[in-house]
Amino acid sequence: MSRTSLVEAPDEVAAAVPVVPRRQRPARRWRRVVSPVVLVLGWELAARTGLLAAEKLPAPSDVLATGWRLSRDGTLGIHLLDSLTRAGAGLLIGGLLALALGTVAGLLRLGDDLVDPPVQMARMLPHLGLVPLLIIWVGIGESLKISLVALGAFFPIYFNTYAGIRDIDERLVEAARTCGLGQAARLRHVVLPGALPSLFLGLRLAIGAAWLSLVVGEQVNAQTGIGFLMMEAREFSQTDVVVLGLLVYALLGLISDLALRVLERRMLTWRRGLRAT
Amino acid sequence: MASRTAGDLNGAEPVLTAHAVRRAFGPTVVLAGVDLTIARGEVVALLGGSGSGKSTLLRILAGLDGEAGGTSVVHGTAAVVFQEHRLLPWKRVTENVGLGLSGADGPGRIRRALAEVGLAERDRAWPAELSGGQAQRVAVARALVREPDLLLLDEPFGALDALTRLRMQILLRRLRAEHGFAALLVTHDVEEALLLADRILLLDEGRIAAEMPVDLGPTRTPDDRAFGALRRHLLDRLGVPTT
Repeated sequence: MSRTSLVEAPDEVAAAVPVVPRRQRPARRWRRVVSPVVLVLGWELAARTGLLAAEKLPAPSDVLATGWRLSRDGTLGIHLLDSLTRAGAGLLIGGLLALALGTVAGLLRLGDDLVDPPVQMARMLPHLGLVPLLIIWVGIGESLKISLVALGAFFPIYFNTYAGIRDIDERLVEAARTCGLGQAARLRHVVLPGALPSLFLGLRLAIGAAWLSLVVGEQVNAQTGIGFLMMEAREFSQTDVVVLGLLVYALLGLISDLALRVLERRMLTWRRGLRAT
Repeated sequence: MASRTAGDLNGAEPVLTAHAVRRAFGPTVVLAGVDLTIARGEVVALLGGSGSGKSTLLRILAGLDGEAGGTSVVHGTAAVVFQEHRLLPWKRVTENVGLGLSGADGPGRIRRALAEVGLAERDRAWPAELSGGQAQRVAVARALVREPDLLLLDEPFGALDALTRLRMQILLRRLRAEHGFAALLVTHDVEEALLLADRILLLDEGRIAAEMPVDLGPTRTPDDRAFGALRRHLLDRLGVPTT
């Protein structure tokens, strides 16, 4: 059925756009692999021939060998677990707080007036610049690392919760009202699912911020964790361990992002065809 | 604004009574005291140019506007179909139709309502997968499934193409014959009003400026002579030159 309409809901417009195939053609995909592989091979070659001094940047194969050695003797596992625990605890605390405050500010006018201004002001502070103050407040122990992660995770989740709730089409809420849905039911059937895409975006940004906070936090008087591993290696000029730590951080970011994307695709099936990602 | 739904059903009672409905947005008076009564099973079309306040009036009657003055009472149940389908994009067609539905045999009622609008096969589809006409039919099913005494229709086919609109008008006529609901149809389409309504109200400058019964019989078509005469008369009243 064709339509010649002037006023349409935005989702219809998007649905009318032909869906871009999700998978790229194989030839194109392989072509995109070429330059990273060449770079790594060049790096390996430069390190093997002595062009790169081993204490400046060891060969990738050496880094992998170090990684294998450290995971076999359990060192890497212990530090990784500690880092993950900190990230998880910080994310949970910062995320739940952000979710609660963002919901209050997004749903209630009073909440908006009371909660949003201070949050907007605090947003201007670079949270990693708070380290000296945080050390004075909570010391240099575990609470410092967790506070930093929580702070980093708070803002993206708060803003995206707020925006997600605010962006819900008022007309849908109205339609739900005419179907006899009370306030609680409207929250459950309209507001929550409507804000979900935005919540996912916030969570993804928050996880990125959490890893960043962890990198900084674990370089302050840590006894365990990937950051500690790197700082300790620096003192003994074990460049391979430093590079390994970087690699682990990168992998953590990559894996968490992938996991979230999978979860998102599962929970937001209704957006199929609306997005061409 | 007193808006209430009376539960006691009395056959002689009208399905909707509104008295002295007023609404102003700031200094602009949109509705300057509208009186309106709709009998059981009666289809009333509310005609008016854009900005005449017809959608505002419908929103008030639907209980969606808390700041209007006057009284409006629906005796029984009302359901609304808007110009846009307003389906929740995150719920499948079945769940959209059954939104807020209570009482026994929900799934069966949803199935029957979808079958009545010819979409029994699309019950598992997402709204984004439907065409504009299909989505609007789901919206009609969502209203029908509540077995309303009064259907409030806010330019329900205004966003559809001409052919789909004709099909929807025929569908609505059939549904009305089967269910006997009363309806208030807000439209700016004179032919649509003449095709569907038993009575036409003209809204102008916030008041009901004219009221006329449509005595064209149940099988009316735009080809009737009487239809053409009424159409010309209405367009004349709306300030549209017909010659």
